[in-house]
Amino acid sequence: MFDWVASYSSGLQAALWAPLVLLVFVLALTLTHLVDRGSRSWVWKVLLGIAVLMFVVQAPLALSWAPAERYMGDTGRILYMHVPLISLAMALLVINFGASIAYLMRPSMTADAVAEASVSVAMMYGVLGTLLGAIWAKPTWGTWWTWDPRLTTSAILLVIYTGYLALRRFVDEQERRATWSAVVGILAAVNIPVTYFSVRWWRSIHQVQSNPSTVDPQMVMVLRWSYTMFIALLVVLLYQRTLDALEARKRESTPP
Amino acid sequence: MSPPVIEFHEVSKRFGARWALRNISLTVPVSEVLLLTGHNGSGKTTLLRLMATAIAPNRGRIGILGSDARRDRDLIRRNVGLLSHANYLYEDLSAAQNLRVLATLLLVADPSRVVKELLERVGLADRSMQSVREFSAGMRKRLAVARLLLKRPRIALLDEPFGELDPQGIEDMEAIVNELKASGVTIILATHLVPQGLRLASRRIHLDSGCLSTPLASQ
Amino acid sequence: MSEAQPPVPLSASSPPPGGILRATLAILGKDLLLEWRTRARLNALVLFSLATLLLFSFALGPDTAALRRSAGGYVWLAILFASVLSLGESFRVEAENMSLEGLRLLPVDGRALFLGKAIGNTLVLCAVSLVSLPVAIGLFDAEVTLDAGRLVLVMLAGCAGVAAPGTVYAAIAANAKARDVLLPLLLFPILIPSLLASVKATALIFQGDAMGELSSWLSLSCAFDVLYWGLGYFLFPRILEEN
Repeated sequence: MFDWVASYSSGLQAALWAPLVLLVFVLALTLTHLVDRGSRSWVWKVLLGIAVLMFVVQAPLALSWAPAERYMGDTGRILYMHVPLISLAMALLVINFGASIAYLMRPSMTADAVAEASVSVAMMYGVLGTLLGAIWAKPTWGTWWTWDPRLTTSAILLVIYTGYLALRRFVDEQERRATWSAVVGILAAVNIPVTYFSVRWWRSIHQVQSNPSTVDPQMVMVLRWSYTMFIALLVVLLYQRTLDALEARKRESTPP
Repeated sequence: MSPPVIEFHEVSKRFGARWALRNISLTVPVSEVLLLTGHNGSGKTTLLRLMATAIAPNRGRIGILGSDARRDRDLIRRNVGLLSHANYLYEDLSAAQNLRVLATLLLVADPSRVVKELLERVGLADRSMQSVREFSAGMRKRLAVARLLLKRPRIALLDEPFGELDPQGIEDMEAIVNELKASGVTIILATHLVPQGLRLASRRIHLDSGCLSTPLASQ
Repeated sequence: MSEAQPPVPLSASSPPPGGILRATLAILGKDLLLEWRTRARLNALVLFSLATLLLFSFALGPDTAALRRSAGGYVWLAILFASVLSLGESFRVEAENMSLEGLRLLPVDGRALFLGKAIGNTLVLCAVSLVSLPVAIGLFDAEVTLDAGRLVLVMLAGCAGVAAPGTVYAAIAANAKARDVLLPLLLFPILIPSLLASVKATALIFQGDAMGELSSWLSLSCAFDVLYWGLGYFLFPRILEEN
C-alpha cells in the first residue's frame, strides 16, 4: 500500500494521481448515500459516469501508451484487465466469507445481503476475467484452456459459487436461506487459499503473481489505473446489489 | 399461584410471504388442559410447533416453563413432548427399536423393560418386532404416543391425537390423556373432535386464519 | 393400564458430561442398525460403484497402460458417485417422517448428530471402497507397490474427507427444493481439491513412490479432513435450527 502511494508521488506521472482521486470520490459518494438513503438517486448516475470516464482514460493508456510486453507482444495488454478482474473476484469471495461469518455470529439482513451481492459481483468479474484469460492464452500458450492447477482451481471456484447462488434460489424461507448460505459460504471459502497458492504449490505454467519492482514503471501505472477503475466499479456494483438484495428482503417480510 | 407454563407475547410467524400466525398473546397455567380448535390452515400446528421450539417466531416473545424459547431451547425441549403429524418414526426400524433408540438417547434406566411396558400400554406388544413400514396409520399413531410417553414430558402438545384412530383407539387415547392430566401434565389438545376435546379440556381457544378469536367459555 | 407416572423434575440446562460422545454413539448405532436392516440398499450401492468402474474401462477403450495409470482416479470417482447416493439416502431416511426434527426436539446436540452421521457415512464409503478397490486392482491390472497399511490410511482419510462436507450438504439439500440436483451441484466442486490429494496418493501407491511424495499428499488429505470435520462440527447445529 505504502509503495503504491510513494510511486504516485514520485513526480514522474503526476497526472496518474487522477484515478486515486476518482476512487476516493466514489467511496465518498457511496458513503454519503449510505448515510442518507433518501432521494439521492442521481448518485448512481454520477458513480456510473466516473466509472465510464475512468475506462475512457484507461483504454488508450493500456492499448497504446504502455510498452508492448517483450514476449507476449500486444496480446499482453489483455492482462491489464484480466489480472485486476480475477484478483478482485477473489477479494469479493473473501468479503463473502467475512459476511457469512458475520451472519452466523449475529444474524442480520444486511450481512446476508452483502454475502449475496459479493458472490454475484464476484461471478461477473470472475467469468469476464476467465474469458479474457482464455482469449489471451490462445496466442500465448497456443490453447484456450489447459488443465493447469491455477486454471483448474479457478474454474472449480466458479462452479462452487454457482452452486452457492443456486442454493439461494432453491430455498424460499429467508432465515433458512441466509443460514444455509452462510454455512455453504464458509465451507466453500476453504478453496480460496487453495486456488491462490496453487501456482506456488504445484509447478504451473501460469506465472506467479508479479511484483511491481520487476515490471516496467509504465506498465505498473496502467495496471494501477485498471485496478482503481475496477475497484470503483466494484464498490458501485456491490453497493447497488446489496441495496437491491435488502429491498427484496424487506418486500418479503411485510408486517402481519 | 405458580407462574404460567406457556406464555406468548405478541407472537407472529411467517412462512415465505404468508403470515401463519399474527399477534398471538396467550398464557396457559400449570396443569391446564387447553383445547385448541380451528379450521384446516388456521395455524393450530404452527402454534404447537412454536411451543415445542421446533420453529422460531419472526416477532414476539415465547416463554415456556419460565424460560425464554430462544435462549434456553434445550431446557424446554427436555420437558416438552410433541405428538405431531410427522410421527418422527424410522420406517425401517421395528417398533421396539424405534423406542429403544430414543431410550438410549434419553438415558432411560433399564430401557428393555421400559420399552416393553410402553408397547403393552399402547397395544402394540405383539407387533413390536415389525418394521414401522408395515404399520397402518393408526398403529403409527399408537407408536408415536408411546414415543411421547417415553419422554415423560411436563407439557404434552397433542396435534390431532384422535386422527386416524379407530373407536377403540380413540377410547385408549382418551384414557392416556386423562392419565397425563391426572399426573399434572399441562396439555394442549388440537383436535377436530370437539365433543371429545371438551370432555377432556378445561378451556377452549379458537384460531381463525392465524388470529385468536375471542376465547369461548367451555360448557 | 399402569398407574400414571409423575412428571420428571425440570432437568438441568447443561447436558450430562460425556453427553456428546454418548449421543454420537447412539446416533451412529441407530444409523448402522438402519443400514443393516436395509442392507439390500447397501448392496445396490456397492454394485453401482462396481458398474461405474466397468464403465470407465468401456469409455477409455482397451488401452491397458492408460487404465493402469489412472486406476486410482477411477476408484475415487466410483466412490464419489456412490457417495452422492449414500449421503442423500442417509438424510432421506431422516426426512421421511421428519425424524431429524424428532431428534432435534429430544433434544440431541447438533454436534453429536453431525459426528454420528458423518462417522456412519464414512463407514459406508469405506465399505464401498473395500469392495471396489480390489475389483479395480484386478480390473485395471494395478498393483499395490507399497505396504497395504498406507493404502488403508489413504482410503480412510479420503472417505472421511468426502463424508464430512457431504453430511453438511446432504442435510441442507434434504430440506431444499430440487434436492437430487442440489447435493452433487454443491458437493462435487468443493470435493475436487481434497479428492485430488487422495487420487495422487492412491496413484503413488499403485505406481511406486520414487520421489517420496506420498506423505505430503497424505498429509494434505488429512489437512482437509481436519478442516472439514472441524467446520462441520461447529456449523452443523446451525443448519438444523431455524435461527
